[in-house]
Amino acid sequence: MNDTAKSESYETVGDSHAQDPVIRARNIDVFYGDKQAIDNVSLELGKNEVVSLIGPSGCGKSTFLRCFNRMNDTIESARVTGDISLYNENIYDRKMDVVLLRARVGIVFQKPNPFPKSIYENVAYGPRIHGLANDRAQLDDIVFTSLRKAGLLNEVKDRLDEPGTGLSGGQQQRLCIARTIAVAPEVILMDEPCSALDPIATARIEDLIDELSANYTIAIVTHSMQQAARVSQRTAYFHLGRLIEVGRTDDIFTNPRHKLTEDYVTGRFG
Amino acid sequence: MSVDQDTNRHLEKVRAGLKQRYAREKRFQFYGLLSVLTGLSFLVFFFVSITSDGLSAFVQTSMRLEIAFDEARIDPAGTRDPATLELASYRSIVRDAMGRKFPEISNTRAVRSLNQLVSIGAQYQLHDMVLADPELIGTTRAVWVPADDAVDLYFKTRDEKTVLRSKLDEAQVAWIERLIEGGDLKTSFNTEFFTAGDSRDPEMAGIWGATAGSFYMLVITIMIAFPVGVMSAIYLEEFAPKNRWTDLIEVNINNLAAVPSIVFGLLGLAIFINAMGMPRSAPLVGGLVLALMTLPVIIIAGRAAIKSVPPSIRTAALGIGASQMQMVFHHVLPLAMPGMLTGAIIGMARALGESAPLLMIGMVAFIVEVPGGPLDPATALPVQVFLWADSPERSFVARTSAAIIVLLLFLLVMNTTAVWLRRRFERRW
Repeated sequence: MNDTAKSESYETVGDSHAQDPVIRARNIDVFYGDKQAIDNVSLELGKNEVVSLIGPSGCGKSTFLRCFNRMNDTIESARVTGDISLYNENIYDRKMDVVLLRARVGIVFQKPNPFPKSIYENVAYGPRIHGLANDRAQLDDIVFTSLRKAGLLNEVKDRLDEPGTGLSGGQQQRLCIARTIAVAPEVILMDEPCSALDPIATARIEDLIDELSANYTIAIVTHSMQQAARVSQRTAYFHLGRLIEVGRTDDIFTNPRHKLTEDYVTGRFG
Repeated sequence: MSVDQDTNRHLEKVRAGLKQRYAREKRFQFYGLLSVLTGLSFLVFFFVSITSDGLSAFVQTSMRLEIAFDEARIDPAGTRDPATLELASYRSIVRDAMGRKFPEISNTRAVRSLNQLVSIGAQYQLHDMVLADPELIGTTRAVWVPADDAVDLYFKTRDEKTVLRSKLDEAQVAWIERLIEGGDLKTSFNTEFFTAGDSRDPEMAGIWGATAGSFYMLVITIMIAFPVGVMSAIYLEEFAPKNRWTDLIEVNINNLAAVPSIVFGLLGLAIFINAMGMPRSAPLVGGLVLALMTLPVIIIAGRAAIKSVPPSIRTAALGIGASQMQMVFHHVLPLAMPGMLTGAIIGMARALGESAPLLMIGMVAFIVEVPGGPLDPATALPVQVFLWADSPERSFVARTSAAIIVLLLFLLVMNTTAVWLRRRFERRW
């Protein structure tokens, strides 16, 4: 992004508001050192809604997603300004406990990253550190429910003691999703969850996202426009750190209003 | 057509260069092999010379004597009181036995030189035998007692080209030959070498005292250096803010790892002995000094091990709401532990082979007693090597090499463990 572009003001096309919002982000700027990665982005995520964030590589969509559970805190040079509230609590408030926040806003990463422990331990770890289960039976219950919700239970129920890293890529990713939902979050963030998977595993994850949206608010970053079209109700198009256009997924793909969005979704750019 | 010509010309150029490239590759491989072989040949020379010198120290010559446990000599009152048995002159019993073996020798000087053939250890052995079993008193039996180191050396080398006679005179050699003819000399495994402390007499000197000293020292070292080193590594890598101060600390730690070990010895002398009044020559002080010396090695290895844990594991833990400390102790540390242990063992192996700092804190003293704890005066294996290498007696040459062999075996075991740990717990992500 050059200096002239930075100084220009811009306005997001479309309505960034959601019905029944769970997370509200307002005027978010993110800097990595001196470099601005996100420029004045506002977006709301509604209850039980799937919102996809699309855009060319390096447009800041992952950076923006990571603001929602303050994963950017782990990057030394990152600095976030603006307001993000989960229901009506400001998550960047000093009083906000980041551990609690991450229990409420879970995240699934691009590359499946199960712990090098057993399948059971992978799922049980979250509930255990948060003290969600009083005894072993309750913990078992949480683990089995989470694995079932992630559509993995039937494949792994006979080998829960085997290492999670021994599963296939798609299974690992579903294990990571099970691990995330085991702590009963309100929002699930997904950072290109299928980019390392084959089409069949991808289809399974997409079905899963569909099922999960009945209970969770989901924001998903994806490089695949087909995927965005398949799984999300609303789509936000990012370009060079800016939120160019946001709206109903159908509208974005069939009737984009901004020139940049049109170029991207029609494949002329990106 | 012109395109074809172009491609041909290109291929010609590539082909011309190809030969040179392969030659360069071959040459490089040859140089690599040459340097490896050079290193190996030095190593082989070292091992061959050490073992050929040292192996003879693992056997010891002993002499058969008809020992008369004379009641009049040991316990004239017949009380069998241990105090009396303790003080009896076993030396004269040994002399009597020698006299009976060579009855024709009566000249005082000749008797003295005859008695030089038996080790001073013989009388200690008889003393121990009688105290263990007072029933022996009044009996006469054949006992194998240690021979003097000169006899040992002569007996071991008499079939070789250069017979080592050291201080033996003609008469003594003749007596030894008579003993050999009578089957009264034999070599057997030298248990003394592994169970005794140091001694001025080579045939009685052992490495157990030095081994025990080294052991106590290493226990102290690992108890201090490992927890402190691991904690420092974790703090610096996971919790400390990255700023000028931590940069400064990092530079200093790397610097400390390169400080000559003798400087740590001086530091230990000034702080632990002079300022804090800890005992001189004690493994406690040696262990503390070696801990200071090993600390930077463990910190550096620990930080490298922590760094090698993939970031995805950290973000996974943080992503489901683990606190920084839970992330470190539940996920990072278990994965980094093999690397840390490897670093610690290599640091320990270095500490085991270190002698210079120990010279500064008095662990170079001549100590006969085997230390019973970290506060007793002691010496260490490498220092024992230094002490023996410095001794004038010819028999200490073999013992020096034997001690080096033992030290090398310990180092080999430790380094093998380190490699094994690394292989065994190597994680694949």
